[in-house]
Amino acid sequence: MRRLIFLLPLLLFVGVGVAFFLGFERDPRDIPSALIDKPVPDFALPALAGHKEGLSSPMLKGDVTLVNVFASWCIPCKAEHPVITRLSKELGVTVRGINYKDKTEDAVDWLRRNGDPYASVGADLDGRVSIDWGVYGVPETYLVDRQGRIRFKQVGPLTPQVVEEQLLPMIKHLRAAS
Amino acid sequence: MKALLLAAFLALTPIAAQAVQPDEVLPDPALEGRAREISKDLRCLVCQNQSIDDSNAPLARDLRVLVRERLTAGDSNDQVVHYVTDRYGDYVLLRPPFKATTLFLWIGPFVILAIGAIGTALYLRGRKGAAVAAGGDTAPLTEDERRRLDALLRKEDA
Repeated sequence: MRRLIFLLPLLLFVGVGVAFFLGFERDPRDIPSALIDKPVPDFALPALAGHKEGLSSPMLKGDVTLVNVFASWCIPCKAEHPVITRLSKELGVTVRGINYKDKTEDAVDWLRRNGDPYASVGADLDGRVSIDWGVYGVPETYLVDRQGRIRFKQVGPLTPQVVEEQLLPMIKHLRAAS
Repeated sequence: MKALLLAAFLALTPIAAQAVQPDEVLPDPALEGRAREISKDLRCLVCQNQSIDDSNAPLARDLRVLVRERLTAGDSNDQVVHYVTDRYGDYVLLRPPFKATTLFLWIGPFVILAIGAIGTALYLRGRKGAAVAAGGDTAPLTEDERRRLDALLRKEDA
C-alpha cells in the first residue's frame, strides 16, 4: 500500500499529459469575448453605397439581430455567405452587416456578385468601430437580443453546424424571452 | 581579425524588429515612451505571441494608433489598458492580472514547490527515524546469523 505512493508522480504526469493533449483540440484563435451579455458599443456607421441605412446602436434594439462583420477581401466571408443568406432569406432572421476596412466599390461589387442578405450595411472604413466590437479577424458574427445586448459571438465563418446547434436555438429562445 | 570578429558579432546580433511606423510616432517623446510601454504589454490578437509593439499585423497597427490617441486625449496608462481590455478581455494582456480566475496560474508553481519540499522533508525525516528505530548502533547478531556469516567468510578464505 505504501508503495503506491511511488506511482503518484507517474499518475500526475499522465494527468498533466492528458490535460495538455486535450488542449491541442482547442482552437487558440477562439478567444472568449469580453462583450458577451454586454450592451453593444455606442456607435454609428454611414451606409454602404446602395444601402439606405447604415448601422448604429439604436437600430439594434427591438428585434433579435445578427450582426455580421465582413469584407470583400476576406475569403472565409465568401465561404460563409450562403449560410448568412439562408439565415436572412429563408429563416427570417434580421441580419445587418458591418463592412470592415473595405473599398466601397469592391464591397458593392462583392454584394452584387454574391447576393445581398443584409437589411442594412454600415461601412467601417478605418476599422475603429469594429475595435469597439472586439473584432480581431473577419468574419465575425454577433447575436444581439431585443435589449441590444450581445449574447453570442462566432469568430470565423458561421457553419451550418453552428447555426443548427447553437444559433437557431438561441434565436428562438431570445425571441420567446421578450 | 578585429574586422572579422565585428562582422561575426553583427551577423549574430538579432536586429530588433521595428513594427512601429514613423507616421505613428507621437511628437512628444514622453507620451511616445508611455505608448511604447503600454503596447509592449498588449497582445496582438492576430499573431498571438507578439505584442502589438512588434507585430506588423494591420490590427496591431490600429491598436497602436488607438493607444496613442487615448494618451494624447489625456488618458492615464491604466485607462488606456482598460479601454482595450473592455473590448478584448484580459486575453490581450501579455501579463495576466492577479485575480480569482488566474490564482492557480500565479501561485500554482509555488504550491507545487511547497508540496515537493514538504514531501522531501517528510521522507528524509522518515529515513532518519527508521535508522534510529533500528537501534542507532546495529543490533547484535543472533547466534544463527553469526554461524552463517562465519561460513561465508570461511568460504571466501578457501
